[in-house]
Amino acid sequence: MALLEIEDLMVTFNTADGDVYAVNGVSFNIDKGETLAIVGESGSGKSQTAFAAMGLLAKNGRASGIARFDGKDLLSMSQREFNKIRSKDMAMIFQDPMTSLNPYLRVSDQMAEVLMLHNGVSKAQAMTEAVRMLDAVRIPDARARVTMYPHEFSGGMRQRIMIAMSLLCQPRLLIADEPTTALDVTVQAQIMQLLGDIRQDFGTAVILITHDLGVVAGFCDRTLVMYGGQIMEEGPTDDIFASPAHPYTSGLLKAVPRLDKDEGELITISGEPPDMSNLPPGCPFSPRCAQVLDKCPVERPGLVTTSDRRRSCHLPAQEVA
Amino acid sequence: MDPLLSVRNLSVTFDVRKPGSWPWTPPRKLHAVSEVSFDIQPGECLGIVGESGSGKSTIARAVVGTIPSSGGNIFFEGADLARMDARERRVHRRDVQMIFQDPLAALNPRMTVGEIIAEPLITHEPGTPRKEVRKRVSALMERVGLLPNLVNRYPHEFSGGQCQRIGIARALILKPKLIICDEPVSALDVSVQAQVINLLMELQRDMNLSMIFIAHDLSVVKHISDRTLVLYLGRVMETADSHKLTTLPEHPYSQALIASVPIPDPVLEKARSRPILQGELPSPLAPPSGCVFRTRCPKAQASCAGARPNLMDIGGNHLVACPFHEAEHVLAVGA
Repeated sequence: MALLEIEDLMVTFNTADGDVYAVNGVSFNIDKGETLAIVGESGSGKSQTAFAAMGLLAKNGRASGIARFDGKDLLSMSQREFNKIRSKDMAMIFQDPMTSLNPYLRVSDQMAEVLMLHNGVSKAQAMTEAVRMLDAVRIPDARARVTMYPHEFSGGMRQRIMIAMSLLCQPRLLIADEPTTALDVTVQAQIMQLLGDIRQDFGTAVILITHDLGVVAGFCDRTLVMYGGQIMEEGPTDDIFASPAHPYTSGLLKAVPRLDKDEGELITISGEPPDMSNLPPGCPFSPRCAQVLDKCPVERPGLVTTSDRRRSCHLPAQEVA
Repeated sequence: MDPLLSVRNLSVTFDVRKPGSWPWTPPRKLHAVSEVSFDIQPGECLGIVGESGSGKSTIARAVVGTIPSSGGNIFFEGADLARMDARERRVHRRDVQMIFQDPLAALNPRMTVGEIIAEPLITHEPGTPRKEVRKRVSALMERVGLLPNLVNRYPHEFSGGQCQRIGIARALILKPKLIICDEPVSALDVSVQAQVINLLMELQRDMNLSMIFIAHDLSVVKHISDRTLVLYLGRVMETADSHKLTTLPEHPYSQALIASVPIPDPVLEKARSRPILQGELPSPLAPPSGCVFRTRCPKAQASCAGARPNLMDIGGNHLVACPFHEAEHVLAVGA
């Protein structure tokens, strides 16, 4: 049984301007100890997929379909039940480490709270464990700094604290939502190395949500590409990068300048990211696709599985430029 | 050829007061930029890279004149901008325009697109007939890839990429000689980023613009700029031809910076051996003595704490501020 199973997940937001369909029928599994990248631009539904699985959707959001963690149905769970498994079994780290830490509480209090709640340990034991974990994420002089407030740390240090906090109960699944987007490249490299070490030491499965293809390339076993709330393609990371089977993936790979290559003009994807409240009935990428077929805007392509890859495109895989 | 812009020993310091200190306590000095020098030729693009807090944006602001410099000279076509009064400066200001990072925040939400693009023209050439203004605005909108019939819309009706195009049109309407782009694409989606990069490069070529391109994304800077300047804690570490700098960097900091940039190719990326730079930028209130990078430098020696290394020319317009510099193929696989 997979650790996390998502099947035909739909997320809809009820807004004053009508319903917004953020996620439209997304399915994937992640096994114990595996790393999965969810790649997409803003509005692709990648974060909302994770929020739905963590029970963190905004009040006007509704999720339907199936989401199971270790066989337990997540979508029918009450907040009380969620509180028992969040952080203990599955934890999440967010993009902006400042807004996800409580500015009023010392780091020690925020971290101890997690352990006292889930493991029922004493405050003193919880503190020892918190310091041990801060050491593990390489915060220098952790014993002295654990009593500081979040604003006394730099951005990279705060992200380390978030990671330490999410690992306190040794969750089996860690969802990292753009963990390095707000950080400098040198700090990004430190954090990604740290996440890699953690995954090896604790056997944690990681879902990395990002728009940065470079980060994905070095870190993830499998990659899932999303656009307009739908899966465009999925497969082993090496294969996706070597032979993208969807025009969107291949377009993305060509649109980023690479440090190791001297390319002439960048090949762009024309147009703008989709309006989620007004998607075409067919493929959401069809208005921007360079290889669009007549039926693409009207007929939604099904997600077809061939060996270890899945893709959703009317165009035969070998014809993707 | 005379350079269009020539910055010599530019320093910018800010006064920082401790909260709760007495009014007569002298403020501490924060050295945001120290003794930075560079030239830009007409039609050339200079990239500036560095971590946040390295002083990239401060240089841009000092050149535009929104913050005063505390030392050094900024020669623009031979005239020193740093020594000018406001009236003289205003004449030169039209030749130096800026494009900002957050495209929506840089546009006045209560002005229409047409008013936004026309504003610099009306300010600097108040006598221009209305018809002429309208003509130039709509020609420019077309040039940057916006439909001219959107001229009466407001910024919130546009996407991020389109707002950045509006910002570009506003910067170009006076036909400036130098454009300063401060992280112009980092707030945009990957697929839109490439469109804006291509547009900027095309405009730069067609209008023979000089450009300062500031970004933290080294891959983008390398792609767009002829020369790149690497900044650390307000000081220049290395400057060279962009291709040379990314393939054979000489300064240990440039090498560390390039090593930490991920490459979107799983085979290459997993085979790369990368010494990861540990620690973080020291406080600019108390920069290290000698070489500012020595506290994180893998090659640091005792002598680095003494005299501050000067920028040395090692040939081919390649300047390095490190006596122990050594060319290294950082991108090479398995090296």
